[in-house]
Amino acid sequence: MANCCHNSKETRIEMPPGARRIVLAGNPNVGKSVIFNYLTGMYVDVSNYPGTTLEISHGHYEGNLVIDTPGVYGISSFNDEERVARDVILSADVVVNVVNAMYLERDLFLTLQIIDTGVPTVVVLNMVDEAEQNGLKIDYEKLSQLLGVRIIPTVAIKKQNLDQLKSAIYEALPGHVDKKIAEKILTLSDQVKNKGEALLILEGDKNIAKKYNMQPGTEQEEIYLHRRQKVDSIINQIVQDTKQNSALSLFINRLMIRPCTGIPLFLLALYIMYKTIGVFVAGTVVGFTEETVMVGIYEPFARHLVSQIINLNSVLGTILAGEFGLLTMTVTYVLGLLMPLVVGFYFFLSLFEDSGYLPRIAALSDRALTGIGLNGRAIIPLILGFGCVTVATITTRLLGSEREKRIAVFLLGLTIPCSAQLGVIAGMLAKIAPQFIILYISVILTVLVATGTILHILLPGNTSDLLIDLPPLRLPSLKNVLTKTWTKSYQFLLEAFPLFALGALLISVLQLTGVLASLQNLLSPLTMNWLHLPKESANAFIMGIVRRDFGAAGLANMQLTSLQVIVALITITLFVPCIASILVIFKERSKKEALLMWLGTWVIAFTVGGIVAQLAHLIGTTTPWQILAIAAAVWTIALVLILVLKYFKKQASPFITIEN
Amino acid sequence: MTLDKVKYGQRFKIIHIPNESIKMQTIRFGISEGESLLCDEVIPAGPIIIRKNRQQLAIGRHLAAKIKVELD
Repeated sequence: MANCCHNSKETRIEMPPGARRIVLAGNPNVGKSVIFNYLTGMYVDVSNYPGTTLEISHGHYEGNLVIDTPGVYGISSFNDEERVARDVILSADVVVNVVNAMYLERDLFLTLQIIDTGVPTVVVLNMVDEAEQNGLKIDYEKLSQLLGVRIIPTVAIKKQNLDQLKSAIYEALPGHVDKKIAEKILTLSDQVKNKGEALLILEGDKNIAKKYNMQPGTEQEEIYLHRRQKVDSIINQIVQDTKQNSALSLFINRLMIRPCTGIPLFLLALYIMYKTIGVFVAGTVVGFTEETVMVGIYEPFARHLVSQIINLNSVLGTILAGEFGLLTMTVTYVLGLLMPLVVGFYFFLSLFEDSGYLPRIAALSDRALTGIGLNGRAIIPLILGFGCVTVATITTRLLGSEREKRIAVFLLGLTIPCSAQLGVIAGMLAKIAPQFIILYISVILTVLVATGTILHILLPGNTSDLLIDLPPLRLPSLKNVLTKTWTKSYQFLLEAFPLFALGALLISVLQLTGVLASLQNLLSPLTMNWLHLPKESANAFIMGIVRRDFGAAGLANMQLTSLQVIVALITITLFVPCIASILVIFKERSKKEALLMWLGTWVIAFTVGGIVAQLAHLIGTTTPWQILAIAAAVWTIALVLILVLKYFKKQASPFITIEN
Repeated sequence: MTLDKVKYGQRFKIIHIPNESIKMQTIRFGISEGESLLCDEVIPAGPIIIRKNRQQLAIGRHLAAKIKVELD
């Protein structure tokens, strides 16, 4: 079973001789991944918002190659996803075009474009049950006649009719290519053999035209409008709309996007998440898994087992079963403490994704995000960051410009705690007074807003405009949500375990060689004098370099005052992103930029943590008002900083822009 | 008038979209010049939500200010 991820613009996959390339194509959120899974037997992420299938998955079906593509509304060069989808579709022997029966007007545009490329095509008309419930009557026979390809009506998640697809793939035929377009393609046939490429040159695709040293066509608008009219005329002939949109889904839709109800609704969703994960999972569940199972039963067992073979106080004994043991602490942290929290988070994220809530949050938050140089789309990576910063960093590709990607990646690396870390944080916060929790949240938010605003001021260019499709709201299927939660949590385990082991090993070695103690002393001006933390907190930061959640978990077991908890948590939250994330940042951004970001997080984390500690020292922490005063002071400092920068930018704008 | 001035529940026609790439993208969504549409929601200072049949699009305020429309 091969599953490899290509993210570059070209896709070369080893092909057995005689095998065909079957390419799945369709708009975002139409169920391509379910069909991919059905054909190849592999699970792929199934989502309800544009932009998840950024990487190409491929598998095998009866000796043929099946390739998934990112969801797109058309093929050309508007963004990376389209370029990837375009190249894969142009290389296809058969295209399986998945279409959402509810949204034929939108989806058939791509279908006609694919048919115009001349490739043999089968159309899978998905979600016909939903269309029927919504009063849409579709004449499948007629649609098949008009397009000239086979139509397979299905409900993919229920596997209805999918067996028909298996035979249809072998009988796929090129559909009715538009006559005008076919004539034009013919005029290019001396220079361009591949009809699909010829079509895209006509449609003004610069990349493909360049490949043939030709001028891109100038008739894109004409071709697009003509295609649009054809789609509309097909719809008129085959679809009968027997009732209006369901009143309930319209009503919920409005509640979600109107600020006066949408913001409270969003906060309510976050509150339920906090109550479930921060209080129930972090308290009750972790109390059982970590304390009772891992520390109570597993660790003594592991130590007993190790002691049978080697001396527990020997070097190897300490590494395996000591304070930071590979078989004791590592396993306890990952399985007992982090795993339940990660499962909890991914459950909620999957619910959000599959219900279609995320794009609505994007529309709602657009206004707020333009202030920090982003548009509403950026809320998707920012929210995904609360699951896993590494994955979220990859999805910043869906943003419109380099500038936005840069801001979003840095904010993710700096201010967004991932599920594992957030779980530990929520657990620690749940034990202290509410005013301290407010202080923590407000400081992190201030840093997020201030950093975004400052980058927005300093970076050249402007925010790109929001233009997104709001996919249908739907009740997520529990099975889908659970499968997704499990897949993502399992990926977390695979990724986290080796890194955790590495971190634990590092700390054990540092401890055994006495370096840990000297590092603690060396860092004491920073930890003790500046942050007012015990010097052992240096351990947490050293571990935090590997993974921030690891660092946070280290803090969870220390005896700290409420204020120390907040200072430590602020610092570790803003601290360097985990090794996996920073590697992805290096891959996605330039080396220089990534290094700058990494160092930037060090500086900002300790500066902000220290400012809070020092302010607390000055103001005091006995009454809730004093705590709120600290938050206000941090806010004021950020505001002054922003105003000063704005002023200087006006004075000397050419000098402080950061080069690209 | 421009799209950002349209109010909730109003029907309107798109007269002109200035940006080529935006124009192509909206045609794909079934929304092109001359099309009659419904304003589904106006988020204060934020995006305008427009609808054609079942297709819903959120358009940023800034972009909406550049799109010329005419009330039906």
